[in-house]
Amino acid sequence: MMDLRNGQSSPPSGRDQWVLEVKDLHKSFGTQPVLRGLTLNVRRGETLVIIGRSGGGKSVLLKHVLGLVAADSGSIRIDGEELCGLPERKLSRIRRKIGMLFQEGALFDSFNVAENVAFPLFEQGMKNRQEIFERVRAALHDVDLEAHMAKFPSNLSGGMRKRVALARAIVSRPDIILYDEPQSGLDPVITDSINLLIRRLQEKYHVTSIVVTHDMKSAYQIGDRIAYYRDGNVYFLGTPDALKANPDPIIQDFIQGRSRPEHASE
Amino acid sequence: MISVFIAIGRVVTDLVRFSGQTAVLGTEVLISPFVGRLRFGLMGQQLVRVGFGSQFVVVVTGAVIGSVFAAQSYYVFSSVGLETAVGSVVSIAMCRELGPVLTALMVTGRVGAAMAAEIGTMKVTEQIDALRSMGVHPIDYLVFPRFVGMMISMPLLIAEAIGFGILGSYLVTVKGFGVDEAAYTKNLKLFTDLDDVGIGMIKGVVFAILIVLISCMNGLLVRHGAVDVGRRTTQAVVTSSLSVLISNFFLSILLNYFFPI
Repeated sequence: MMDLRNGQSSPPSGRDQWVLEVKDLHKSFGTQPVLRGLTLNVRRGETLVIIGRSGGGKSVLLKHVLGLVAADSGSIRIDGEELCGLPERKLSRIRRKIGMLFQEGALFDSFNVAENVAFPLFEQGMKNRQEIFERVRAALHDVDLEAHMAKFPSNLSGGMRKRVALARAIVSRPDIILYDEPQSGLDPVITDSINLLIRRLQEKYHVTSIVVTHDMKSAYQIGDRIAYYRDGNVYFLGTPDALKANPDPIIQDFIQGRSRPEHASE
Repeated sequence: MISVFIAIGRVVTDLVRFSGQTAVLGTEVLISPFVGRLRFGLMGQQLVRVGFGSQFVVVVTGAVIGSVFAAQSYYVFSSVGLETAVGSVVSIAMCRELGPVLTALMVTGRVGAAMAAEIGTMKVTEQIDALRSMGVHPIDYLVFPRFVGMMISMPLLIAEAIGFGILGSYLVTVKGFGVDEAAYTKNLKLFTDLDDVGIGMIKGVVFAILIVLISCMNGLLVRHGAVDVGRRTTQAVVTSSLSVLISNFFLSILLNYFFPI
């Protein structure tokens, strides 16, 4: 286990308090362990980037934070409130504090762009249609898609779908936004625009962001801290500069995208 | 030989597991209006899709089956001079058996398959996870409105099938074969009463519950991509149809005890 500074120390006070605390989280699918005692704390208002090899369970961790997957053991606290073990219906209130950008967008294909973005507002009981429209327009303006309100998801490109999904995630002004590989499958220009957008939203709404990505350039660009996830646990946690400067060959191999012969069989 | 037992055992355990999952879904649906949010718009939408959308197929099925049954009955009954009894035979059969069962089978094919495919596709494209992530319970949003739509539509569709079946029988027997209208109508009224229609309605409610729960459960159980959506959709239609046919046998025995002919 490498540099874990800023990670598991006692919670800071005031504005810097932990918004998300994950402690000793275990999860296996069948005989395959995915999370092995994972512990991770996230500060209010920071952008934490989680990097790690494909298929390691980073997306599974995000789904645990939303309560979409039940942990075998361990604890997840959001604003001090325990999530693990809560029944589905009691999770709803906590989930409304969180917005999630799914890997493929997960837009409702029978709704157009505006209806997709308006959905969380309707579900939270907002009745005033003018207010809903204004909020939807503002969210779509943030992702530069105001002109595409009437289009259906099937008529959008991958990048546009992700931006609509992002607008849907931010429209209800959540405290935390989870991004599951927001840059995957996008060209470098759109990747950069998504990164700028994540940064802009963080500055504008002061949300806490947790971003799962493989793209190191994006990780350096948007992360306040970076967690390197390996073998079901956090192997490194620190600032982008600390990550770059870390001499550990495992970390250096990953961030520089170097494969070794023993990796070829994995 | 052992492999045969293993195969049978697997089928039985799958059946028991699926029955348990469907029973849990049924319980969730029952408590949904008390603990979740009622979405009247979605219920209306389902009412239109299930009820209004199935009109054509149910009307045609009812009319054709009533007409064919009347024609066959006429050929047999006329040989012994009982052709005026055709109306009552068709009417009782349509109310008690053919109307409910055939309507349920047509609705299974048309609506049950669509429910399983729609929910299954939402599952594999993470749309159901997206719903949950926004604090929306999938049972409240997806299953309960379909349940309401089906519960209201099915008895009405059955009534429609019965009505058109009897109309078809009337046209074939009276207008086609020239059976005396007064005698036909008198026998029809003499042997058909509200109990017969009631049996059809009760069966309709039971079939509606079976079709909607089995179809939605299959949709929710989809795991891996398009192939699994197809497999679960087929499974939904087959299981719903068999459930309708098998439950119809037991319902007929039970209801004939309470409402004898």
